[in-house]
Amino acid sequence: MNTAIPVTAAPKKEKPRVIKEDAMLLQKDLINRNYHEVATAHAEGRKISATFVPGNLNELLMCFDFARRLPETDALQNGMRKKSGKMIMDAERDGHSEDVCTYVKTDLGMMLQGETGPTGEPMPHPDILLLSYTGCFTFMKWFELVRQKYDCRTVMLHVPYQGDGKINPAMRRYVVNQLKEKVIPSLEEVSGVKFDIDRLREYMKESVKAEEDLVAVLQTAKHRPSPIDGYFGAVYYIGPIFTAFRGVPEATRYYEVLRREVEERMRAGKGPVTPEGELAEEKYRLVVEGPPNWTSFRDFWKMFYDEGAVVVASTYSKVGGVYDFGFRHDPAHPLESLADYCLGCYTNLNFPQRIDMICKYMDEYQADGLLINSIKSCNSFSAGQLLILREVEKRTGKPAAFIESDLVDPRYFSGANIKNRLESYFQMIKQKRSSSENVHRH
Amino acid sequence: MSVQDVVKRCEALFEDLEFTAVKQWKSAAPGRKAIGYMPIYVPREIIHAAGMLPVGIFGGGDQLEVIQGDAYYQSYICRIPRSTVELGLTGRLDCLDGMLFPSICDVIRNLSGMWQIMFKDKYVKYFDLPQNYDDSTGGSFYVHEMQTLREDLGKLAGRPISDDDLHKSIAVYNENRKAVRELYAYRAQKPWQAPTSEVYLVLRAGSVLAPEEHTKLVRQYIVETEKQKRPQRDNARVILTGSFCEQPPLGLIKSIEMAGCYVVDDDFQLIHSWLLDDVATAGNPLEELSKAFLHRSAQTASKYDDRKEDKGKHLLRQVKTRGAEGVIFAAASFCDPALLERPMLQEILAKHKIPYTAFKFAENTGQMAPIREQAGTFADSIKLWSAA
Repeated sequence: MNTAIPVTAAPKKEKPRVIKEDAMLLQKDLINRNYHEVATAHAEGRKISATFVPGNLNELLMCFDFARRLPETDALQNGMRKKSGKMIMDAERDGHSEDVCTYVKTDLGMMLQGETGPTGEPMPHPDILLLSYTGCFTFMKWFELVRQKYDCRTVMLHVPYQGDGKINPAMRRYVVNQLKEKVIPSLEEVSGVKFDIDRLREYMKESVKAEEDLVAVLQTAKHRPSPIDGYFGAVYYIGPIFTAFRGVPEATRYYEVLRREVEERMRAGKGPVTPEGELAEEKYRLVVEGPPNWTSFRDFWKMFYDEGAVVVASTYSKVGGVYDFGFRHDPAHPLESLADYCLGCYTNLNFPQRIDMICKYMDEYQADGLLINSIKSCNSFSAGQLLILREVEKRTGKPAAFIESDLVDPRYFSGANIKNRLESYFQMIKQKRSSSENVHRH
Repeated sequence: MSVQDVVKRCEALFEDLEFTAVKQWKSAAPGRKAIGYMPIYVPREIIHAAGMLPVGIFGGGDQLEVIQGDAYYQSYICRIPRSTVELGLTGRLDCLDGMLFPSICDVIRNLSGMWQIMFKDKYVKYFDLPQNYDDSTGGSFYVHEMQTLREDLGKLAGRPISDDDLHKSIAVYNENRKAVRELYAYRAQKPWQAPTSEVYLVLRAGSVLAPEEHTKLVRQYIVETEKQKRPQRDNARVILTGSFCEQPPLGLIKSIEMAGCYVVDDDFQLIHSWLLDDVATAGNPLEELSKAFLHRSAQTASKYDDRKEDKGKHLLRQVKTRGAEGVIFAAASFCDPALLERPMLQEILAKHKIPYTAFKFAENTGQMAPIREQAGTFADSIKLWSAA
């Protein structure tokens, strides 16, 4: 079932109506509620933590009753609400280079503008920065910058990179030791709450249920037609589990509802729900590598659904945890499992692993091609993507295309150029398809 | 050999993008192998102990025409990976039997995987460095990383690397670091006698020469330059920081000096001065290397500062001990570590009333006039300010 909700603003023209799935509304409610929790935490005597999406130890943070902030989510929410442009320019005026990550500058700019969060509620300083250094160099500098400015207590969790394409016992041991010796004692000290490993296990049991359902949802895209968009739609689906809700019973219920809804659509042979309604005909099936642009998210999505293009799998929907190859949080081995989770996040995988994963998606989801959305801000994703493109084309024999934009800097989204590139790409897929059909016919 | 001859030799090594010195070293004895490494730091002692030549790869500089390398990178990625790919694809790095990519930033990290794909017949390792400085945690992980490298190189060499081999190599590098410290101290004392454009070349020779030979060369330079008296100018004494990975073109260093600055300390090739004092030559060699890294190594942008109070300490120490009057931030364009670190360091300098200026470069920057003007204005302002 879908619900139409009006978009705010647009004073003179007739208000466009945006179609959303029930699950999308539920997740919006969850996210907004979290902003409220953060805004009122100090007044209610609670402490606030901040950490990153990849390597997000939500279950652990919940053991200490923290209200939980995720600065990347704050930045993208500001981007979607068209607030990030000014924040970035304010940060640049404050001395930050135009060359560096715009998530960081949006976060710092938001604080410079008076510390109001994306929903308009206050955004108080975190009491602890859990620097989960997983898959992104910038994270380290980001929290050093926040610490320098606001003197927040910071605890580093260094997660080694899978340079050899595997997790060895020394890597796991290193992360677990840091959890035991640094992270947990620091969280105890700041929160005043004693760590209870059984509480962690209970949260993890909830996580597993949500993880199962999320994987089932994402894998419905193997069906033709796909009932979901595995990129534009998936960013809503991953919202709760990648942020402050993994391990929370409401999130488990959210994924139950979502799964039911999506499987029902699949059985009915329906396509994905777009902001303009259900997609009538699936013409192209794509795999997408790289994060989306947030400032023009809906315009960007429209370029796909207007052409009948559906993203059947994406790497970005694995950035806060790769669950579709079997990993689940394990309540029987909680700390080891947290380590494996961090070590296994998408941007912590090496290049051969990333390429293997994309090729697997291309095959299992019967994709027509690969599209790379290369993000100026994000070297972790972007550096080397042109090699990914070549390798995937070589291995799958399917066409790949490359576009460039940014996460939350509106100056780096050129709609006309991207649209042009996408239209040519869809043409290319069509031609390739018809020439291959001709070959089979003769 | 005069100082000019020493510098000329170093310049020839610097300009030789065919790595002839490496090839000569390899051909001097059968079975010799060479292992490349990228900035900022790898424990070269392990490579040396395997009987191999550690070779520093600092990109292609301003003399390399990058054609193929550009096809692998978007315009908003720094230049060092593209020129390094160019060096690899044009066969210039064929003389290397392996490449090490230490953890410094996401670009170099990703390059390690690209290298695995592009050069399948070579040994390639992403070499992780700990960001946790406890011996039992970060240290034990780091020892494991080094042990893996030790075993890998042992296999490549066809013989295991013994503790004794490692102790000897540590001693060789202790001596090399000592010579580099002498050179830096000499330059800080008499910067007119040891211009940074020369010091840079002498140091850079250490990327392709065996450490024993490089140590001699460094000391020879000090002796020879001391013999030849050069005019002392009323230049501003500055620290140059932020160029720890992609290197500025030599012309840029010369331009800064010509603009009226004596560079009395820098972070160009940090590997030579990363470990701040000697590593013990007895006991467990990997544990000793680890302790040196964890507790007695330089601060730089790619290394986490455990406490807020630690930020900028190394830079402030450089300013104080070298008698510097200002700091020049020279970062490569799109260099995440240097550019994200810069505002924090600038804030600290401002608190200590230490003047600074900042600009960006690329290894192939050709237009020096704006940099010369900026450095000149900075030097003038220091001089005017100091005189006031």
